[in-house]
Amino acid sequence: MKLEFTISGGDFSKAGFASSEVKKMLKKINVEPKIIKRVVVALYEGEVNVCAHAYKGKITVDIDGAIIKMQIKDEGPGIENIDEAMKEGYSTASEAVREMGFGAGMGLPNMKKNADEMQIESKVNEGTTVSIVHYLK
Amino acid sequence: MTITTLSEIIKGNIASYTKNKADFNFCFASDLMSDVLRIDTDEMLLLTGLANMQAIRTAEMADINCIILARGKKATAEMVELAEESYITIIESPYSMFHIAGLLFQNNIKPLF
Repeated sequence: MKLEFTISGGDFSKAGFASSEVKKMLKKINVEPKIIKRVVVALYEGEVNVCAHAYKGKITVDIDGAIIKMQIKDEGPGIENIDEAMKEGYSTASEAVREMGFGAGMGLPNMKKNADEMQIESKVNEGTTVSIVHYLK
Repeated sequence: MTITTLSEIIKGNIASYTKNKADFNFCFASDLMSDVLRIDTDEMLLLTGLANMQAIRTAEMADINCIILARGKKATAEMVELAEESYITIIESPYSMFHIAGLLFQNNIKPLF
């Protein structure tokens, strides 16, 4: 089963829509609530990151037996130093993002905390792709 | 503590009401939603001054089913609609976060850490 969503950079009114749809789907197929929470928290932080930093993005969620693979791919400024970005508290977010309750440098660390596996690829001035895997068993 | 008792204690107005029979023992107070998303505990109250859609989305993702809006903040119609869809109760209180936290603590609602 594959789900796809597009995200517009800067559009916070829609941030969380994809995560909400994924949550409904995972509930429907009876995935354990604790795993659902980990999946949707990681995805939601990813959605917020795209809204906060990129021009546009695409989310794909692939639920295949006992594995959920998610990819959050954006076109945007990219991440200059991924190691720095993974540190709690490191942030390049704008004041507008902080007013939404985010932008304190916890997004990527939160995603990693809630993922079984996570990989980040980024090119400055091109964009970032975050790949996340969750095992259902 | 039930929603009705809770609302009375903080002189609240229930802006979105759901029929969940939650019984709350814990509360986490924050305006930073990423901090809320780090908490593993379910069935806690979220006390915040952040009155926007992301507070509701955060509660939805974190399996939180009651949000207290502090400092007289009001939920918008859009927030109420999303909260009701997600079975989340919103209580608006005129008190500050510190005041609400004190009242909840006095009434045996515990901190998470």
